[in-house]
Amino acid sequence: MIDLSEMNIVQAVNSALDIMLENDPDVIFFGEDAGYFGGVFRTSDGLQEKHGAHRVFDTPLSEGGIAAITFGMGINGLRPVAEIQFADYIFPAYDQIVNEIAKVRHRSGGEFWCPVTIRTPAGGGIRGGHHHSQSPESQFTHTAGIKVVYTSTPYNSKGLLISAIESNDPVVVFEPKRCYRGPFYGDPHNVPTWKDHPEAEVPEAHYTVPLGEARLAMEGTDCTVISWGAMVHVSEQAIKDSGVSCDLIDLQTLVPWDKEVIVKSIEKTGRCVIVHEAPKTSGFGAEMAASVQERCFYHLEAPIERVTGWDTPFPHTTEWDYMPSPARIADAIKRIIEE
Amino acid sequence: MAAKKKQVTLHVPSAPFRPGDKASFAPFENEPGDLPRPDPVKCTAAETTDHAYGLVRVLDSNGKASGPWNPELAPDELREGLEHMVRMRIFDDRMMKMQRTGKLSFYMRSLGEEAVAVAQTMALETQDWIFPSYRQPGAQFVRGRDMVSMINHCIGNEEDNVKGRQMPVHYTYRDGRYISVSSPVGTQFSQAVGVAMASQYKALDECCITWIGDGSSAEGDYHYALNFASVFKPPVILNIVNNQWAISTHANLASGNPTFAARGLAYNVPSMRVDGNDFLALYSVTKWARERAASGEGATHIEVLTYRAGAHSSSDDPSRYRPEDEHQAWPGGDPVDRLVQHLVSIGEWSDEQQKELEERIDGEIMAAYKEAVTYGDLANGPYPSADTIFTEVYEEVPWHLQEQWDEMKKWSSD
Repeated sequence: MIDLSEMNIVQAVNSALDIMLENDPDVIFFGEDAGYFGGVFRTSDGLQEKHGAHRVFDTPLSEGGIAAITFGMGINGLRPVAEIQFADYIFPAYDQIVNEIAKVRHRSGGEFWCPVTIRTPAGGGIRGGHHHSQSPESQFTHTAGIKVVYTSTPYNSKGLLISAIESNDPVVVFEPKRCYRGPFYGDPHNVPTWKDHPEAEVPEAHYTVPLGEARLAMEGTDCTVISWGAMVHVSEQAIKDSGVSCDLIDLQTLVPWDKEVIVKSIEKTGRCVIVHEAPKTSGFGAEMAASVQERCFYHLEAPIERVTGWDTPFPHTTEWDYMPSPARIADAIKRIIEE
Repeated sequence: MAAKKKQVTLHVPSAPFRPGDKASFAPFENEPGDLPRPDPVKCTAAETTDHAYGLVRVLDSNGKASGPWNPELAPDELREGLEHMVRMRIFDDRMMKMQRTGKLSFYMRSLGEEAVAVAQTMALETQDWIFPSYRQPGAQFVRGRDMVSMINHCIGNEEDNVKGRQMPVHYTYRDGRYISVSSPVGTQFSQAVGVAMASQYKALDECCITWIGDGSSAEGDYHYALNFASVFKPPVILNIVNNQWAISTHANLASGNPTFAARGLAYNVPSMRVDGNDFLALYSVTKWARERAASGEGATHIEVLTYRAGAHSSSDDPSRYRPEDEHQAWPGGDPVDRLVQHLVSIGEWSDEQQKELEERIDGEIMAAYKEAVTYGDLANGPYPSADTIFTEVYEEVPWHLQEQWDEMKKWSSD
């Protein structure tokens, strides 16, 4: 009998950290405001009190420094988990992540490695303007040596985070901050909680969602919608609005992505729409579109569509015209069905 | 009539001397014995103000050791240090010749800075972590690395422990706790603080030593390191090797403050400036920093004042930007000559013994080189298998790398 609790993503992340701190003395967690206060999104609430300030602590406001000490701790036998408060602020850490954390296993001939996790809230929908809304996953998927995860629900947020922490490879985990306390269906005036959502039924104990496996969030016959992060829920709404029978694939891990699930789905449906909130040009959707045509060209009955954020800075008050809406996604689905 | 404005333009510092200039430096202001040796455990940053603006020395210009910083090393220890330094210098000479005759793709010498890694590593315990930049390979001799293995790496042949993935001199030597050298200079400085924080967390008696250049101390990583070290007090020894030059850029462009050590005071980290060509002073200051680290008092910041006597690398031509004989005017002299002078002056060494040492080491290096090329030379290989492109990117090979690996195999010359 598995004890289940209804959790939102904040609670699910907290539970994953709590379990890993409990299970493994080499796990430590730190970040800006992440210790005493428990994080600006409350994901580490109560963990310092429970596990001690030597294991859950605040850092200086210094993402480059956070990433650097994560590297040093990782090669010296710890399994550190660092929080970057907003994904928009990860760029001072970019050199340390891309040139150092990602590369040390290879460059040292396997003599040193970095089993570290960097988790960071990403994406829009919270009136955060340019610098609290971006979704920079493709700036990491282009980097050899790290794995890239983008969660969408309480269940996968906990299971993927545990997998990331247990991985001996470095993992960057993006969490959809708009969905921390409830799924987002594209209507800013409708603010549901996770209550009664099937993916909010989360085991209290340790479990994993394996890295590299996608989740089939909806099953259909005529079109495949591939998405990740908050856009999974917006896509779900769009599919319902379109009246088209669709597979909805929640990618979950972007590197390495789940080839089997995607290929199988496209071979069945012959149509593909890719949805992400990051800008279009060189977004991970471009990788998906190219890969789908490489592998499934003769099964495709229509051009692949991408529905994405625009190639502009992320806006403040007009964010609903920036992010893919159910209407834009539904239109793309219907357009390729009519091809 | 409007008042005439004083003509102003951008202030861009130039180097003190450029090609064609006669270089001359003021002698060091401090003599051995000028600066006290504070209690490493109780010492505050403020108590090191004179040390940060002055210069800790032990050897005077006649090779006599004196003052409270004299580490009173036994003659055997001094001779061991000398041997490592001489080995470094001859190794560099040989490797540079190999590079010039096309047997290595690239090389970087430690010329004039041999004392830095050797003395400082000798002052540590064997469990301490070494987080080097590219001009501290000498630490590996102290930790016992086999020269054949070092040359294999520089060639990038089949026996290179990093499998031909890194440029020469970017050594990794886990058995000696010598962490992998990285080309983006400066990153190791803040990472070393994390290494030390892990030792601190595990309550182990170990510290981590790291070095950054005067040039790379302008990177953010330098400041991240000092700041995190100041806040968390891990057992770390943070050295700036001020060798005056970052390729063609003089130290006065890396900082407007002529003493790099003094920056540490603003972080409340005890800070010292030490004569980097004085083996005894370097050893002693590092020992002091190690004692602080072991007592839980945290970091020490050290400016190692020296001079880069050679080119930045085999790709560099310093005659284009500095007087060719500038290093001869350096008031710190040559670190090998100074230790020899000291040993001779105390009756523990002779010119004859020095000559014999150099000949013996040269022979060992030639033998090591000859052995290394049996595992592959740069022109003809054998090189590491092309498969090493795909291994150790991740712990296990993910499917997308496997697909590309299979594709490569169709085209590979292996």
